[in-house]
Amino acid sequence: MRARKALALGAAIGSAAGAVLLRRRAGRSRDRVELFFDDGSLVTFAQGSPEAVPLLLHARELLAAARG
Amino acid sequence: MSVSVKRVSQAADALAHLTEISTQVEAAVVLDREGNVEASTVDDERAGRIARAALELFRQADAQREQELVQLDAALAGGSVFVVRDEERLIAATTGPGPTAGLVFYDLKSALRSFAGPKPKPKPKPRTRRAPAKRTTTTRKKDDAST
Repeated sequence: MRARKALALGAAIGSAAGAVLLRRRAGRSRDRVELFFDDGSLVTFAQGSPEAVPLLLHARELLAAARG
Repeated sequence: MSVSVKRVSQAADALAHLTEISTQVEAAVVLDREGNVEASTVDDERAGRIARAALELFRQADAQREQELVQLDAALAGGSVFVVRDEERLIAATTGPGPTAGLVFYDLKSALRSFAGPKPKPKPKPRTRRAPAKRTTTTRKKDDAST
């Protein structure tokens, strides 16, 4: 009985940790632009937001130009 | 003529130092506010394309807020893009994926500073001539010393 409980608890903890890791990795792989202004403020536009579309387009152009 | 040679030399030195200290930077281009390339680590054709894209990226990003944009970075699947500006020019750089953004920004700012050259020294304040201090001597009485 105890062994079953321990096994279930271990599986629950493992799946929760896996979900967190997957979410973090998915978040990291999303393209984004960070803008730093002279008053110290920071604005982040992630892929999918309307503001990010033209910025990411130019950023990709820049990266492609650098890589030849 | 000597000024432009000095400037080109300064630019080459700044970018050589940048690529030397920052192993994360793959390519870098220094451009003026009009998009003219002043120095680069790549050939002229690629530098021109990078400069155009960097200027357009910076202008569009700057238009997002009323405050003035000082730097930006774009994290893409294949690598990252950085643009930093000072009063006169911009520097654009690319790195591989997952760079240490803070370090790259620091190196780019250093490169821009060295590109601009040393700041002129402030004029020293005129010194007012002070009267020489009076020499004072202390004498100790023998009686005091003995007690």
